[in-house]
Amino acid sequence: MNDRMTHLDVALLRRDFPILSETIRGKPLVFLDSAASAQKPRAVIDAMVGAMEHQYANIHRGLHWMSERTTEAYEGTRDLTATLLGANSREEIVFTRNSTEAINLVAHSYGRGILKPGQAVLISEMEHHSNIVPWQMLRDAHGIELRVCPITDAGELDMAAYEGLLEDRKVGLVAITHMSNVLGTYTPAARLCALAHEYGAKILLDGSQAVVHRRVDVKSLDADFYVFTGHKLYGPTGIGVLWARAELLEAMPPFLGGGDMISSVSFEHSSWARIPHKFEAGTPAILEGIGLSAAIKYVNAVGFDAIAAHEQALVEHALARLSPIQGLSIIGHAQDRGGVISFTMEGAHAHDIATLLDRAGIAVRAGHHCAEPLMRRMGLDSTARASFALYTTQEEIDILADTLIRVREFFA
Amino acid sequence: MFEDVRDLYQEVILDRGRHPRHAQRLDAFDATAKGDNPMCGDRVQVWVKHNDQGAVSDVGFEARGCAISIASADLMAEAAIGHTATTLRKLSADFAQLVTSGDCPDCAGLETLQPLSGVSEFPSRVKCATLPWHALLSAIDAEPGHG
Repeated sequence: MNDRMTHLDVALLRRDFPILSETIRGKPLVFLDSAASAQKPRAVIDAMVGAMEHQYANIHRGLHWMSERTTEAYEGTRDLTATLLGANSREEIVFTRNSTEAINLVAHSYGRGILKPGQAVLISEMEHHSNIVPWQMLRDAHGIELRVCPITDAGELDMAAYEGLLEDRKVGLVAITHMSNVLGTYTPAARLCALAHEYGAKILLDGSQAVVHRRVDVKSLDADFYVFTGHKLYGPTGIGVLWARAELLEAMPPFLGGGDMISSVSFEHSSWARIPHKFEAGTPAILEGIGLSAAIKYVNAVGFDAIAAHEQALVEHALARLSPIQGLSIIGHAQDRGGVISFTMEGAHAHDIATLLDRAGIAVRAGHHCAEPLMRRMGLDSTARASFALYTTQEEIDILADTLIRVREFFA
Repeated sequence: MFEDVRDLYQEVILDRGRHPRHAQRLDAFDATAKGDNPMCGDRVQVWVKHNDQGAVSDVGFEARGCAISIASADLMAEAAIGHTATTLRKLSADFAQLVTSGDCPDCAGLETLQPLSGVSEFPSRVKCATLPWHALLSAIDAEPGHG
């Protein structure tokens, strides 16, 4: 593998993921639910097991060999993550549990610490609940107005409305997804950032989905905050990332208090550690950090150009195979889209579709995908969703399409 | 294909899921309640009418959900007729046992609901079948004199 690879040898890559050789009720696993959580390559599994077997201790405090080596491994993840996102420095990378916690950190520390009552936060109609609820909590606790940018029927942001919502300059922070977990829409992130800045707002991009499928460069996007989670990027659960400009992190008060985030503590007063440690209270997810390191090295080795090209081909193939199926409607028709396709079927509820597909060994997600307001906007209660990863094959999409034709017959 | 799901999707279930007989709000009712399953987005509202003896005389519902939840609500609307609040609670508990374990050997009056026993093989779908019953009991409990 090298990072100039433009064509993936998917059959070869699949051997890196032990779980993909599992069978479900005697049928090969067709895993089309990677947008919920991706499967893990051997490199990630080995890194975590290897740490537990050979090199593990608490970090940032031990004066012994094991602690020093483990600290190096964990902090190495910060360097890799900074490079992955194109950050200015490793100090701009804060580890959290997941994207949700990263957004909550910003809502709490930037929202209450920097934003003033009367200012507004601007989100969109196609946000995951994790990028809605923290802002509602901020609104209710801190007198912040919450504005919602509409989307078009195709599932793209209404850019005229977006600019209109910024025009009175009350919006202090925009928080919008970089790629919809339901519609697959890539938002025009660089344009969103430019407009936010033009009207004096900072901007957070939720990269939970986007970071998996394409190379992200926070500097060229000109974002202020970017969040993602490890487990969707082929890494373990329990570790997420907040990237923010250093000057913002410097200005923000801490989120959680405790060990590791202090410089000194007395009963009268405590002072905070420098960034990023100011935001990392308590013993962190050490093993998960080491696992994330292996995941980032893995996707770097496969190469984002090749991953993006492969997944683009998968999306085109899936749209071509699914669209002609009678009674099937694809939800969202954005021009720029990633490896997520939501659909409904006449006469068959998403849960019933998922149960039947499961019987054929196919794993999809069904429901509201933690995006109830988006479901309402599209006039739906639920959809079924197939999502793709670097290990997804065209044959798997064919199996999905062929099985969906049978599902249609079953419920017709 | 799908022969192994026929226990779950019996003809009765498919038919009731497609063409429920009782999927309408009652013009005159004594109690109503909503149920929702926030994990999957299923929603149901149930309306209940009593006779002078306090027994259920009519049940209607409106639901957005899967075939299982709609068929379950529709069969429930028939199974509930003639029951008082007390016997309805027992019936609901028996039904929960039926869809969880696939059987309820010492239960009576479950004949109408028997087609849903296949749900027990699909643990993630049990809540689809029981959702309308939770709404029905909420309606009964909320009603003065029937709690």
